[in-house]
Amino acid sequence: MSEAASIYTVDKVLLVAIRDNITDTDIINLQEDLSEKIVNESARGVVIDIAALEIVDTFVGRILAQLSSISRLLAAETYIVGMRPAVAMTLVELGMDLPGSKTALSLSHALRSLKAKGLA
Amino acid sequence: MSAPPAEPAARVELRQERDIAAARIAVSKAMDAMGARALRKTRFVTAVSEIARNALDHGGGGVIEIYRLERPLRIMIRCRDEGPGIADIDRAMTDGFSTARSMGKGLGGARRLVEAFRIDSRPGAGTTIEMEAKPS
Repeated sequence: MSEAASIYTVDKVLLVAIRDNITDTDIINLQEDLSEKIVNESARGVVIDIAALEIVDTFVGRILAQLSSISRLLAAETYIVGMRPAVAMTLVELGMDLPGSKTALSLSHALRSLKAKGLA
Repeated sequence: MSAPPAEPAARVELRQERDIAAARIAVSKAMDAMGARALRKTRFVTAVSEIARNALDHGGGGVIEIYRLERPLRIMIRCRDEGPGIADIDRAMTDGFSTARSMGKGLGGARRLVEAFRIDSRPGAGTTIEMEAKPS
């Protein structure tokens, strides 16, 4: 696993913190590592924290959307948390409103939603 | 393309993936030095990320120069590559047009995020893109 992102498991939920200096290769590796971990740990929930990301461009946006789709196929629900307001506005202008990805303002909001659904 | 206004405030070579992040950081710092607002900075740095990736993926690498322009205060970047060039610029600027790993929103998206966007590209002669934004 690269230094640019770390995956922790808490109550069957995989928490992923993405660092700002993540490269394209790192994030593709993360996609693979995360998919394997969902299956190996029978995770039902995934929370991806992007608070450290100063920007989300079309490449990273596409990978985030794919991460959500992959998790859904592996029976886990994904929340993207910590998006900065300026990032949200910029993504909409880019025409990338991440359809299919659930978002929450913070990690605790996401965990509450997952617990309410019995997924954590 | 117009002549350079002055010496660049910074210059970033685009040779490998991590240079895209280096370009983002350099532009972000230059805008911080201008007291740029968060949204202005996010929009411009996102646009820089798109064209830097483009130069690396399609142009085989290149260089980004960052300029501070005065009266009115604004940031300008020039990204040059010596790649194959873009045969049909209008088509490349259209959302949905993609030849590599992007979603085809990169160039058109970058143009929407900045206040001035100029592109000069010819097959065999590489691509030069200039973008400008006000800090506030």
